[in-house]
Amino acid sequence: MIPTSTMILDDALDLAAAVCLLLGAFLTLAAGIGLLRFPDALSRLHAATKPQILGLLFVVTAVALDSRSWTTLLALIPVLLFQMFTAPISAHMVGRAGYRTRNFKPGTLLVDELEEAVDRASEDEKAEGGLAVKKSVRKKSGK
Amino acid sequence: MTLALTIIAVVTTVFFAAGALLALYRIVTGPSILDRVIASDVLLTTTILVLGAEMVYNHHTRTIPILVVIAATAVFGTIAVARYVSKQDKPEDQPR
Repeated sequence: MIPTSTMILDDALDLAAAVCLLLGAFLTLAAGIGLLRFPDALSRLHAATKPQILGLLFVVTAVALDSRSWTTLLALIPVLLFQMFTAPISAHMVGRAGYRTRNFKPGTLLVDELEEAVDRASEDEKAEGGLAVKKSVRKKSGK
Repeated sequence: MTLALTIIAVVTTVFFAAGALLALYRIVTGPSILDRVIASDVLLTTTILVLGAEMVYNHHTRTIPILVVIAATAVFGTIAVARYVSKQDKPEDQPR
């Protein structure tokens, strides 16, 4: 049987979907290894966010290539959109908590701009004077 | 062609399983609660990816609604735990 162009296209799309899955799975494995090997919470956060966006993008592409219909593509777009809206929020919250609880090794940060900002703020508080002011400002900025 | 697809499917499954197991290990042993919440986030992401991969293997699209729901609500648990950590460990309690 001579393969028609439609069959060749089907095979190519199947292969492309499989390769996309492979890349997504590789990113998941990389995140797992990063979680195991990295020393502190902030470094692990870096590893953990790899499969959240790019890995999901690969898998969603694989599903779209496999089903080959516009309806499926339309249903898949919200998955990516929701993940893209919410992943930065959760990463921000975890990173904020990690910095506040000093959950990182001091030597791993080359530049710590937040530290300078915190120092400036506490100097301003000292200029204003008074423990009560300091406490109230801390409370406001610390939420 | 079918053999290549099968090999890729097996390798993909092994990768997913290894990533999920490593995340589980970090959830169990993680020294701080932040490590645990990051690892559980990875485990949830792995769940989404595995559900998508299963759709590709079996050529159906029935689990897409589950993908949408997980992607939309995964953030709440992480935010709740991160807020709790921030409130428990105030900066003045920590040595600078």
